[in-house]
Amino acid sequence: MERETGTMTRIAKPTIDVAAVRRDFPILAREVHGKPLVYLDNAATSQKPRAVIDAVSGYYESANANVHRGVHTLSVLATEMYEGAREKTRALVNAAETAEIVFTRGTTEAINLVASSFGQARVRPGDEVVISAMEHHSNIVPWQLLCQRAGAKLRVVPMEKSGDLRLDEYRKLLNERTRIVAVAHVCNSLGTVNPIAEMIAIAHERDIPVLVDGAQAVPHFRADVRALGADFYAFSGHKMFGPTGAGVLYARRALLETLPPYQGGGDMIASVTFEKTTYNVLPHRFEAGTPDIAAAIGLGAAIDYMDALGSDAIEAYEGELVAYAVDALSSIPGVTLVGTPKHRVGVVSFTIEGVHPHDAGMILDHEGIAIRAGHHCTQPVMDFYGVPATNRASFAFYNTRDEVDRLVGAIAKVREVFKS
Amino acid sequence: MSDMRELYQEMILDHHKHPRNFGRLTGANRHAEGFNPLCGDRVTVYALVDGDSIRDLSFEGSGCAICMASASVMTDELAGKSVDDAEQLFVKFHDLVTGESAKEPDLDVLGKLAVFMGVREFPVRVKCATLPWHALRAALKDGEKAPVSTE
Repeated sequence: MERETGTMTRIAKPTIDVAAVRRDFPILAREVHGKPLVYLDNAATSQKPRAVIDAVSGYYESANANVHRGVHTLSVLATEMYEGAREKTRALVNAAETAEIVFTRGTTEAINLVASSFGQARVRPGDEVVISAMEHHSNIVPWQLLCQRAGAKLRVVPMEKSGDLRLDEYRKLLNERTRIVAVAHVCNSLGTVNPIAEMIAIAHERDIPVLVDGAQAVPHFRADVRALGADFYAFSGHKMFGPTGAGVLYARRALLETLPPYQGGGDMIASVTFEKTTYNVLPHRFEAGTPDIAAAIGLGAAIDYMDALGSDAIEAYEGELVAYAVDALSSIPGVTLVGTPKHRVGVVSFTIEGVHPHDAGMILDHEGIAIRAGHHCTQPVMDFYGVPATNRASFAFYNTRDEVDRLVGAIAKVREVFKS
Repeated sequence: MSDMRELYQEMILDHHKHPRNFGRLTGANRHAEGFNPLCGDRVTVYALVDGDSIRDLSFEGSGCAICMASASVMTDELAGKSVDDAEQLFVKFHDLVTGESAKEPDLDVLGKLAVFMGVREFPVRVKCATLPWHALRAALKDGEKAPVSTE
């Protein structure tokens, strides 16, 4: 787990030795269609460093057992590793205690948990739930389902053409019937960083709790749930260099304690008879059944890896890289950026005149370049801009300017094929 | 890039840029929508059917070059043919783009449709090419029913 991390020591001026970092990610050495892979689909899922891959296989090779179950050595070891990952996750988001960190399958399940449990406890006919115009489907559909069940109304904060939310409209939407606000920290199709601390403060003026979808934030910068004031903060391990299967719901204890269980099963109970069940303490009450132990341990290793790089260094490096990509792409004739938010991380969406993104995505793939072509699970955002789909390049700290140049060169080939 | 040129033949690019029979067909008595939720390709095919004869065809919608060109060439080739001919051509076209049939494609019968042979090298694009055909078959069969989906 510890090997090959010697290159990542912090130095005075935060920076990243990208060549060394790239050697930590085995997949980055492969070719696609005979060309070196340029992986620019990080907003869909990130690649995994050797340390994460080793943590997962190491767990299976030397510690595999069920957690919270037995007195035998392996079960104790597995439990320590699993709970150790929870402590690392707590520290990552600066939660007050591990009881506030619930492991889920991913962001989607974390949001569904809140929509279901919070909805059951607090949302009644005529109540309102506020989301934004730039949410991922996973932060729309669970709330739609809740509103249908409860007879509540879904209200949507509109956005500007730039891809920035309209805070004036947001203020107006909040009222005495608003039960919860659910909003993305970073928009997955536009890269907009929303003013979350301000939005939370506005909601808290009316004692309205806020769920933040942090899936596209945590891979790029440090999110401090207490500094932000977030009541719920959801994110996925697999977008931040960890394995698929481990997601996180941070929930403020005072709120989490009031919520009914989400799923029933083993591990979430204290005692069961056919007459009555008493539930386990937090956070286990919300983790029914055997969790994805290996994925949680892998997530812990990913957090260690990012810590070793340093969030300042990651932010500084990616900030320059994304600015370079925005400049390079917007200076190609016929290429139009979709969304020009005031504050952007990680993502650049664009269209190529006369070329549908699926055709572009395929030609780019043949150049070894992986981007996302489609609606990015944000169909309302596509409708807002009047496009069926976009090309989306999304970045991580292992991407380089050379890769941006490869993308620019390949877009020229797309235009050559299409004579556009 | 050569395999890209195999796929994106001149004729395909031309039909993509200048789609034939695009728009709602005046006097159409059949129509059906095809939708691929995976990529968002959406095509509505309109037909004027007189007995066993397809008198005229048109389409509208949005999608990738393969999908739009397929709809354009299809409507060009099938107008004036019988419903049975259309069904037989669908089977041959399907074999052509999937490469599933052991037989060599019947290029004489396929005519201009043969330009889509390159699709067989790209299995993820088969649905782009066949979406308009599925919409056409739904239109000929049921006329006014719910959208067909290739997913």
